[in-house]
Amino acid sequence: MSTPDAPRLRRHRIDWEAASLELLFKALTALAVLFLLAPSVIVILTSFTSSASLKFPPPGLSLRWYVALFDADQMQRAAWNSLQVAFWTTLISVTLGTAASLAIARSSSPWIRAADVLFMSPLVLPALAFGFASLIFVYRLGFRPNLPFLVLAHVVVCVPFVLRTTLAALTQLDPALLDASTSLGASPWMTFRRVTLPLIGRGVAAGGFLAFMASFDNVPVSLFLADERTEVLPIHLWQQIETNLDVRTAAASGLIVLFTLVLMIAAERFAGLTRQLR
Amino acid sequence: MFVAFFLSPLAVLVGLSLHAEAAMQTWTIGNYTKFLADRFNLSILWDTLLLGVKATLVCLVFGYPIAWVSARADRPRWQSILLFIVILPIMTSVVVRTFAWIVILGRQGILNQIALGLNLTDEPVRLLFTEVGVVLVLAQVQMPLMVLPILTVMSRIDPNLLDASRALGAGEWRTLWRVTIPLSLPGVIAGCILTYAACVTAFVTQTLIGGARLIYMPLHIYSQAIGANNWPFAAALSVIFMLAVLAIVYALSLLATLSRTHVHA
Repeated sequence: MSTPDAPRLRRHRIDWEAASLELLFKALTALAVLFLLAPSVIVILTSFTSSASLKFPPPGLSLRWYVALFDADQMQRAAWNSLQVAFWTTLISVTLGTAASLAIARSSSPWIRAADVLFMSPLVLPALAFGFASLIFVYRLGFRPNLPFLVLAHVVVCVPFVLRTTLAALTQLDPALLDASTSLGASPWMTFRRVTLPLIGRGVAAGGFLAFMASFDNVPVSLFLADERTEVLPIHLWQQIETNLDVRTAAASGLIVLFTLVLMIAAERFAGLTRQLR
Repeated sequence: MFVAFFLSPLAVLVGLSLHAEAAMQTWTIGNYTKFLADRFNLSILWDTLLLGVKATLVCLVFGYPIAWVSARADRPRWQSILLFIVILPIMTSVVVRTFAWIVILGRQGILNQIALGLNLTDEPVRLLFTEVGVVLVLAQVQMPLMVLPILTVMSRIDPNLLDASRALGAGEWRTLWRVTIPLSLPGVIAGCILTYAACVTAFVTQTLIGGARLIYMPLHIYSQAIGANNWPFAAALSVIFMLAVLAIVYALSLLATLSRTHVHA
């Protein structure tokens, strides 16, 4: 009677093992999800508080701090500056990043491979050190920090995002399609516009989105290259938090979280963001 | 153009660090000897590098299960939702995220209210301006950098290998330990590199959660450059910090190459 029992026993043991592993990993994931979501949820809830302190849970709900944002001139100007910088940074990063990825994907020379590493290096190098370096550089050139320099420095830290997603899209591009287009008499420009671009478009768009968010959010570079006139939103908020924690900051933060969410959902819809990042 | 705006600032930075004054008149290695002679500077560098290790470990403990669960998700929709949640923090402005943590960790913050309500403590626990706080917040902020590379590698593992392992009688834990983890090692190392580099250089989180008492390298560089107006010394600090981070990243990527050859062998 022992023979039929043995496999059943073993299956039972394996099930228990599988269950314990699954339970542990799912529990850790659930904890991590809570840990990842809590800050965003709390910012949004706090921003609707009716009291003048950041106490949580809020004693009552109101929109008064959002209304107060209409009078926050400095904050509005900083937000406008940030949007402008992020817009130009994205435009330049997407153009340069796409061109560079096309060059990198087409070539196999070691120099181009080295350029690939070089372009990626702003991702691991301390951005603060780069911000400081560009400040010194601008002064050595005999200029003072201004908006164009701020944008250029942002481009350096944002290009890697475009490069990454575009290169990933290019490696999935079948070269036979390009050959077919050329042999059918299309000019290189036409091939690029009608074949390459539509096929890598989503990769480029995802990279552009990441570049926009990275620029909009950048502190370490802007810290050195922005002055009173070109003050950007994250720096303004950062100083607000360091000096006086006022609830308008919470309202502005709530707006930023919502803005981010909307942009992310749009990016997910149109560029398949989560798929591009894999 | 990229060369002009990325490499030349760095070259000027190195140049300035070898001079005695901001006008760059006299050459000197004084800034470097000053750094090495002072235990205070060395301890800041050490604390910063160690902070990165701690935060990276926390990310790994949570990030690996997230990648594992989402790689095995039955429906692609769940995977997308999970990934969306993982990416959300890194997309939200760093200042906003840090601000949220101040609300959570503060003396009147949520964690303290829960602890007081459950009678776990008699008085509020100090979480803000402590290293534990900084590590936790860094881990939350940089989690996607750990999850995404692991997930990429993990979803490329041939499912037949896992089935083979089970068919040969290995339990789930053994399969995880002997098959899944070794095969996903390149992803783990890539994740560690990105997370580590992001954690040690996360200026905003370090200063807002760490406060003025906990000094890490980025704040040290900033206060030397802007506060003390000592540009050459700040430049030397930047160079030393960059070299230290690069050395660690390089060592980790060597490890990645080794693990890859090991897997293929």
